[in-house]
Order: sequence, then C-alpha cells, then structure tokens
Amino acid sequence: MTPALWIILTGALAASSCALVGCFLVLRRMSMLGDAISHAVLPGIAIAFLISNSRAPLPMLAGAATLGVVTAVIVEWLHRSGRLQQDASIGVTFTWLFAVGVILITAFAGQVDLDQECVLYGEIAYVPWDTWLLASGQSLGPRAVWILGAALAFNVAWIALAYKELKVCAFDPELAASLGIPVAAFHYALMAATSITTVTAFESVGAILVVAMIVGPAATAYLLTERLSRMLLLAVGIGVLSSVLGYLLAHALDGSIAGAMSVVIGLMFALALLASPSHGILVRRWRLRRLAEDRGLPPELASEAGS
Amino acid sequence: VSLLFDPNFRWVLIGSMLLGTGAGILGCFAFLRRRALIGDALAHATLPGVCLAFLVTGSKHPLVLLVGAGITGWLGVRAVESIVRHSRIKEDAALALTLSVFFGAGIVLLTRIQKSGSAAQAGLDKFLFGQAASLVSSDVWLLGGVTLVLIAAVVLAFKEFKLVAFDPSFASTIGWPVGAIEALLSMLTVLAVTVGLQLVGVVLMAAMLVTPASAARYWTDRLGVMVWLAGLFGAIAGAAGAVVSVVAPRMPTGPWTVVAASALFVVSLLAAPRRGIIMRAVRRHATRRRTADENILKTLYKLGEEQGGDWNQAHSLAALAARRHVQGHEVRSTATRLGLAGWVTSDRGGLRLTVAGLARARRIVRLHRLWEVYLTERLHLAADHVHEDAENIEHVLTPELEAELELALARPAVDPHRKRIPYDTDVPSRTVEPA
Repeated sequence: MTPALWIILTGALAASSCALVGCFLVLRRMSMLGDAISHAVLPGIAIAFLISNSRAPLPMLAGAATLGVVTAVIVEWLHRSGRLQQDASIGVTFTWLFAVGVILITAFAGQVDLDQECVLYGEIAYVPWDTWLLASGQSLGPRAVWILGAALAFNVAWIALAYKELKVCAFDPELAASLGIPVAAFHYALMAATSITTVTAFESVGAILVVAMIVGPAATAYLLTERLSRMLLLAVGIGVLSSVLGYLLAHALDGSIAGAMSVVIGLMFALALLASPSHGILVRRWRLRRLAEDRGLPPELASEAGS
Repeated sequence: VSLLFDPNFRWVLIGSMLLGTGAGILGCFAFLRRRALIGDALAHATLPGVCLAFLVTGSKHPLVLLVGAGITGWLGVRAVESIVRHSRIKEDAALALTLSVFFGAGIVLLTRIQKSGSAAQAGLDKFLFGQAASLVSSDVWLLGGVTLVLIAAVVLAFKEFKLVAFDPSFASTIGWPVGAIEALLSMLTVLAVTVGLQLVGVVLMAAMLVTPASAARYWTDRLGVMVWLAGLFGAIAGAAGAVVSVVAPRMPTGPWTVVAASALFVVSLLAAPRRGIIMRAVRRHATRRRTADENILKTLYKLGEEQGGDWNQAHSLAALAARRHVQGHEVRSTATRLGLAGWVTSDRGGLRLTVAGLARARRIVRLHRLWEVYLTERLHLAADHVHEDAENIEHVLTPELEAELELALARPAVDPHRKRIPYDTDVPSRTVEPA
C-alpha cells in the first residue's frame, strides 16, 4: 500500500471509531463532556509516558481511560457537591487538566516523546513510517492502523452487545432506570469508551480535532435519519468519506491532514444542515412554500413561517 | 525581586494582568447566562482568523491579527447560535462541532503558512498556547487600551448587562432592546477573548472566562462584587503566567495562567465562607448535631409528660434509643454533649432534664405542636399528615416566627392530637433544682 492509502485508512478507522461513540454522546447531549474528556486524557497520557517510558499502548490506554472517568466524576462532583452549574464545571475541569498535561509534556520534553503540535493536531502524516516490526524484522504495517483497528473492533463489540440498553439510555434514561438498567454504570462506561477512543485517535489527529470526528459525523447523521441503527451506520460512512476527502483537500492546500479532515466534516455537516431531505433548512423552506402555493397562500407568508 | 525592575518584565506583567482582568469581568456575564462554554468555541474559532489575517496582509501587527481573530470568532459564535436555532442539533453538539471545525481550519492554514517557509510566520504558533514574554510595550498599549475600553463599557452598561444576564424576559417586557444588549455583550466577549490570545492562547482561553467567574461566584451573591473579584482573580492568574513566561521562556504561558486561575478556583470552592464546601459541611454538621440534641431533649420531655408531668424521673439511654429508633452509641454521644453543656444531668444511671434543659425541651415540643395546629387549621392538612413536617420545622423556627404563630393561632391549648401545648408562662412543673 502507498503511504497515502495508509494515511486515509488510519483516518477512516479513527473517524469510524469516534463516530460510533459520538452518536451516543450527541443523543445524550453530552458532546461537550466528550470534548472535555478528549482534552483531559492528555495528563493521563503524559503520566503513562513518564511511568512506562515508552509508547506502549496498554499503559497509555489505562492512563487515558482513568483520566477520562476521573474527568466525568469531577464534573459531576463539582456540579452536585460544589453546586457549580454544569457548563462551568465542565469548563473549569477540562481546561485545568489540559493545562497540566501541556505543562507535563513541555517540562519533560526530553523524556516524553510528544510535543505540543502532536497534542493539537496529531501526526497522521508520519503514520505510514511508524510500523510494527516483528522480532524477525517483518513489517506488519503501521502501528496506528492496528491500534485504531482494535479500538474500532472494541467499540463495535460493546455497542453490539449492549445495543438495546444503550438505546434506551440514550433516548429515555428515566425509562431505562425504571426497567432496572444501571444508567449510571452505562454513563461511566460510555465515558471510559470515549476516553479509550480518544486516546487511540489522539496520536493520529490530536486532542481537538478528535472532537470533530466524535461530534461531526454523528450530528450530521442525526440530521439525516430517525433510526439509531441507521444513524450509527451513516455516521461511520460520513467519517470514512471525510477521511478520503480530507486527505485530498490537505494535499491540495498543502496543510495539516487532520485539520483538513475536520474541515471536510464541517462542510458535510453544513450540507446536511441546509439540504437534508428531512431536516434541511432549505428543504423545509421549499416544502413550506410549495404547501403555501397549493393552498393559494402568498409565498411571502410561507417564507416567514419557514424562517 | 530584581525581576520587578526589569522594564521588559514590567510591560509583560502589566499587560498580562490587564488581559486577565478583562476576561475575568466579561466571563461573569457569560457564566450567569449559562454560556460558559461559548467562550471555548469562540476562542478556538479565532485561530483561522489570525492565520487568514496574516495570509492576506502578510503583516504580524497585533491589530491586524486581532481584527482577523475577532471576525472569525464572531462567526463562530453566530454559527453555534444559528445551528441551534435552525435545526434539531442541541447546543452541546453545536459548540463541540463549531470549535473543532474552526480550529481544524485554523490548523490547516497554520501548517500551510509554516510550510511556505516565510520567515515572518514565526510567532503565529504563539497564539496556540500563549507567550506573554513576547509582548512588547506597543502591544501592551494596544491590548491594555482595549481592555480599559471593555472595563469602561461594563461599568457604564452595568445595569443593562445585569438585567439581561439574570432575567432577559423581564428586560424585554419593560421594553429594553435585549437583542442589542446581548449582541453588545457578545461583542465585548469576543474582544476580551481576542486580546487575551497572546497571553493564554486559543486552546485554553475559555478558562480565563469561566474559571475566575466560577471562583468569584463562591464568595458573593452580588454581581457588583463578583465582577471585580473575577477581575482580580484574572489579574492574579495573568501575573502568574507573566512570571513563568519570563522565568522559564521555554514554557508556554497559557497553561500556567490557567493552572493559577484553577488554584484560585479550588481555594474558593473549598474555603469560601458561605458557599464553600468546607463551611457548608461544618454548618451541616452543626445542624445535624443540634437536631440530635433537641430530639433527645424532646424525648425526655415526652417521657416525663407520659408520667403525668413528672420530669424528676431519670430515663436510661436504652429507653431513649428505643424510643427514638436510633443506635445506642448515637444516644450516648449526644447525651455526653448535652450533659457537658448542662442541659441534662445523670441520675441513677439514667438521664434527667435540668431546669434549662426542661425549658429548651418544652420550647421544641411547643414549636412542634404549634406547627401541627398551623398546618391543620390554616393549610387544612389532615391531622395524621402533619407530624413529619413538624419534626423538621421544630429545629429551625426562630423566636420571632414562634411569636407570630402564637399570635396568629391565638395560643391554642392543644395540638391536633389533643396533646397539651406547653407554654413558658404555665406553672413550672418543677421548682427545685436537684443537687
């Protein structure tokens, strides 16, 4: 495979894995908590680096998952015990953790194989050259592809296993509680899955652009369908498509690949926002106008009702 | 100390403190309008503006970059608002999407500028995490001037901003142009974020809006005080960032500024006198103790009452525990406290009320029964529904409310359960204080 294909594959795997988690975050109106977690895993990664002295995936996953759940717990604690409103408690928590992470990375720059650029927008361009070598010297392809593939498999597996419960929790947490589903446990499980997904995508796309991959495809799919199963599939499709188009855009502009992927995600969302067959602003307006014409109402009336 | 006399450092320090103050003050209004996270989207959205301004003009003058940052920041805020208004996407997703997509666009432009190899680009990446040490005196004049304008605007329009922050629907009812006031407030916030970028950077600028305001909220219930306090916290955090920036030039300033602001937040969260966690726990503990004390006194009173008004008898701790349905050790620790304070005295292995204890116990029982009368007579609750409520209110009614209740109910003789209500003017039930 050529480097370009490896990069696109990496982006597609990251975007798919993020999109699956993102659907549940968007439905539960917790996108900003996802954003907070994607920032807050940074100190976890930095500490795991310092302790294990390597880029071994397991300590990093453990560190990030811990910090992700800790973030969710702190946000909840500040809100409940500290009586701080939800938005402020998210804002205070993740900025602080991210700041600590950046300080750790800068202070231990010699020991931590991470820099500020990587934190912000990843190193997807270098993915094809960071390969996984067997002891015999045989190359199995880029490490990131294996890690992201594993994360995607993990997400597919747990969503398939707990699909029904996740669905009830997403749409009607009170019903879920009355059915005996441990809603709080599912909440923290979702947070842990978000952290794991974030940290696997982190090296490739960085802490902030991963948010675009989590929220963007899910929100776009939400504008296109009324069924959770279709929303999940659509979100994955949109994620993959944005990886391909993003790579091409980056190539054309000679800029960051991860950044271009998130720009494409934004453009696709804007397209759905305007032209989704069921929810698009223009489509709704056009439909109203036609309805008004059918009933013999002046078109100005329809355009007012549609705005 | 010698640092303070370094003229360069003084500029950096003054600039950082001013920026922190402006962001802290504007943050209060974002906080109260529950839009703390808009600041995050706004800050990230300034990055493409900075890069575009540089690409278009080729100049790195702060004014040029600020104009660019302000324009795309404003667009970011508008994007969030119109996504929420025109679609079924909720605010959380609109915020997360806007901030990451705008930031992504900024990163594409920034990497493009870096690759184009133009020598002047060095310094644009300072906008990511902030670098206060790069402030020079002309920057400080500009940024400080903008901040002073911000502060002046808040002072002049304080009343308007206050009402819009707390009760926008009332403001529009009395005919105020709420939309215009909100737009002005948003514009000032964009300005505050934009000028703060050089100190804190786009990634963490949101903290300068949220964290000082959140910290200040713990100390006061008055917006006027909160605004200045948040400004002060912002200034302290800015100063901390400036010091780090000069002492350790390799370090980005933003994270340290944010850590300093967060430290102030944690202190406020824990130690603020009224809303702080420690003092709230202390007060809760004291209330719980007083309730336990008064429940034991009340039980001793009722036991005496059941013996025909004989409060000279002592009662064992076991009997009290059984009567209150609590553990023996809880009664023991409460009884020890009551004994030390002179409300009860020990007698033949049991407890007996002292004169003071009897008076206090009588008051609790009186409040309980008066409240039951009040609930049945005035709120027409059934007599078997009033006990639980009275059980709680008896510990908190003030003497003033007690007097009002007595007056309003015309000193009833008995409660709804036909139990006598004891008044202090009744013949004392016991006149001799035992040795």
